[in-house]
Amino acid sequence: MEALNVKDLQVAYDRKAVLEQVELSIPKGSLTAIVGPNGAGKSTLIKAILGMLKRSSGQISILGKPYSPKNRNVGYVPQRGSVDWDFPTNALDVILMGRYGHIGWFKRPSKQDIMLAKEALHKLGMADYADRQIRQLSGGQQQRIFLARALVQDAEVYFMDEPFVGVDAKTEKAIIDLLRELKHKGKTVIVVHHDLQTVLEYFDHTLLLNRTVIANGPTEQVFTKDLLQKTYGGTLAFFSPTGDKRVMS
Amino acid sequence: MTYEGWILLTACLVGISCGMVGCFLIVRRMTMLADAISHSVLLGIVLAFLVANSLNGIYMLIGATVIGLVTTFAIQSLHNSGVQEDASIGIVFTTFFAIGVILISLFARDVHLDVEHALMGEIAFIPWNTYTVFGIEIPKATGMLLCISLFATLVILLFYKELKLTSFDAALAVTLGVPVALIHYLLMGLVSITAVGSFDAVGAVLVVSMLVVPGSCAYLMTDRLSVMLLYSCLFGAASAIFGYYGALLLDASISGSMSAAGGILFLLTWFFSPRYGLLRRYRTMKTS
Amino acid sequence: MIQDMWNALLHQPNTQWVVLSTMLLGIASGVLGSFALLKKQSLIGDAVAHAALPGICISYLLIGEKQLLVLLLGATATGLLATYLIQLITTTTRIKKDAAICLILSVFFGTGIVLLSRITQQAGGNKSGLDHFIFGQAAAMTRDDVYTMAGAAGGLILIAFLLFKEWKLLIFDPDFAKNSGLPVGLLETLFSTLLVITVVIGIQAVGVILMAALLIIPAISARYWTDRLGWMVIIAGAIGACSGIVGALISTISTGLATGPLIVVTAAGCFIFSFIIGPKRGLIQKLMAHHVSAERLKEESL
Repeated sequence: MEALNVKDLQVAYDRKAVLEQVELSIPKGSLTAIVGPNGAGKSTLIKAILGMLKRSSGQISILGKPYSPKNRNVGYVPQRGSVDWDFPTNALDVILMGRYGHIGWFKRPSKQDIMLAKEALHKLGMADYADRQIRQLSGGQQQRIFLARALVQDAEVYFMDEPFVGVDAKTEKAIIDLLRELKHKGKTVIVVHHDLQTVLEYFDHTLLLNRTVIANGPTEQVFTKDLLQKTYGGTLAFFSPTGDKRVMS
Repeated sequence: MTYEGWILLTACLVGISCGMVGCFLIVRRMTMLADAISHSVLLGIVLAFLVANSLNGIYMLIGATVIGLVTTFAIQSLHNSGVQEDASIGIVFTTFFAIGVILISLFARDVHLDVEHALMGEIAFIPWNTYTVFGIEIPKATGMLLCISLFATLVILLFYKELKLTSFDAALAVTLGVPVALIHYLLMGLVSITAVGSFDAVGAVLVVSMLVVPGSCAYLMTDRLSVMLLYSCLFGAASAIFGYYGALLLDASISGSMSAAGGILFLLTWFFSPRYGLLRRYRTMKTS
Repeated sequence: MIQDMWNALLHQPNTQWVVLSTMLLGIASGVLGSFALLKKQSLIGDAVAHAALPGICISYLLIGEKQLLVLLLGATATGLLATYLIQLITTTTRIKKDAAICLILSVFFGTGIVLLSRITQQAGGNKSGLDHFIFGQAAAMTRDDVYTMAGAAGGLILIAFLLFKEWKLLIFDPDFAKNSGLPVGLLETLFSTLLVITVVIGIQAVGVILMAALLIIPAISARYWTDRLGWMVIIAGAIGACSGIVGALISTISTGLATGPLIVVTAAGCFIFSFIIGPKRGLIQKLMAHHVSAERLKEESL
């Protein structure tokens, strides 16, 4: 079964098309990278799929059913810059927010919810930081908190918007371990990714995007010089699939 | 000049001087700061009255300018210490205004200054309080406003380039050696004195509408700052005149009516502006 | 003077009622104000408060007498209209939010002043008592007014308590809230409506010009004491309550002083205290932290 299927998706800002005729499907249990140049509409794609942006057209189905947040089968990790880090809340509390969909109206988080959140903190090596106000965490730690929050959502399909941006090596390792663990459990993870050097190593499925789908398939088949050049246009100056891979603009 | 003539002239001067200064506030996204200053000016006027024990215009100008700059500085400091900008504005001006109101009710109850006046001005009384200059008898408030309008025009003409550049791209201005902070305080000083000048005519609260509404209308009419300034003066004077006759018709507060007239003018520009009006938007949407 | 205040509080049932209602109002505005502050909507409250004036006047002109509930309904209507117009102006023109807020605020207030001056002309003097709405006059409230205000404030506090978790997520991360299956649009609308109601019930005691301060100042002050939203809301409520009590007491014993400015000055005092003493980023704490790090730097360089 497909984890995600998108048909005829269009998105426009101010009557200017940002995404056109996007058709794609992503297999269940894959680790998928969405790759493309700046302004290609990668974040827009995720937000449009999850209904955070208005779509001009398009049908979205997740695990064979039309997407609805009420199914609680989708987890989401937003870009780090999107929240107010001065908000009066601590690390554990942010992770608990991942449980709010399950907890239901008017109720407080139960002991079990708190336990789950603590487990997630521990898994990402953040157990000592539970009481920290979120501004006082490093960029990598903030990212790990967001991941932990998605983890406790207990979803089947995860969408992550640039989780590797601006994080330290330790966090990068923690994140990739987590992604592999999720895949191992049969979950699907779809990641907006900007670092071409690590695509082959981290992801088994790749979607090349530049305002529409350029290519979509297993990474080895898609991650070729021709297709990348087609995606990036003139900005891709030097690339070799075996040796050092570098993008210059 | 007739009684009515003086009132119209005074109201137009308020509209023009506020309109000019307001343009810069709008393009710099600082209208809230102007809202704050115009409220705080009340405290400046009261303090000046308590210190000098007179309602002479010059003391009021000094008091209000000082408090205006203190307000700007206090808001800036709070913001620098980590408080959101709109919240710092909210704290400072409400506090200053509250202190001003308390001081008026405690100490200045029996003089010309009262809370009502602070709220909506007393433009109808202006023509009765006059002095003679060059053999012409002119109302004090009108004379002061005339000076302030001329001063504001002069400052804007002299520093037009700098004001424009710092409004558009402060970072570039810094690299070009323009004293950005100084220009900022200059503009805020200008806001303070315009607010004082208009105090007698429209009061501390309604001056905000004269500062913001004409500029907003002008902003929807043109893309050029110089043209926007002209439009803004025009809209300012128009809301003053329509407001006055509206007030006569309804037998109601003149300053309130000026601000309501500004609102109606804005509504009209919002719908019918040839450049950015709703009607045009609707039409282009249909044709495309 | 303190003696007078105690006497009034202990022996005059009317004062007790007024103080109780301003206290509840203070709590409600501290709580809702905290959310509004974090939502970066503090100054919307200011616009709503000013915009309430024409609503009150129109209701008065329609029914011809001062009946608080009807007046407040009118105020809510124009308050909501103002928030809607601000939204509309920012989305359909290139005018930015700050200018839109100022514009709506001043034009609605000006219209209110026009109507108010007409009403006072008609009533011959100040019989209508509507001018109390400008700076607030808690002492002028009747028993019925107090019931209305206290009931509404209590309701607001209860709803905020029930929806605490949902609002927190909505404000912190609206996209994630949507993904969690929360009805984001509905929660937003509910919040703005309740914010408008908070402002509206406050204007009789605090006045339209200064009501925004009661939303902003307690919330900001509370931020200096805690890093948790739950505590922030409680502390803001307490500061609001304290300002409401002190302001109403001083105003009732020395008649003539409007309640609003007194409440605001009390709240401002609490803010200055918190700003200096507060353990979370307060002035003293900051200076000490700076000192410590400077010392450490010195030691390390030695």
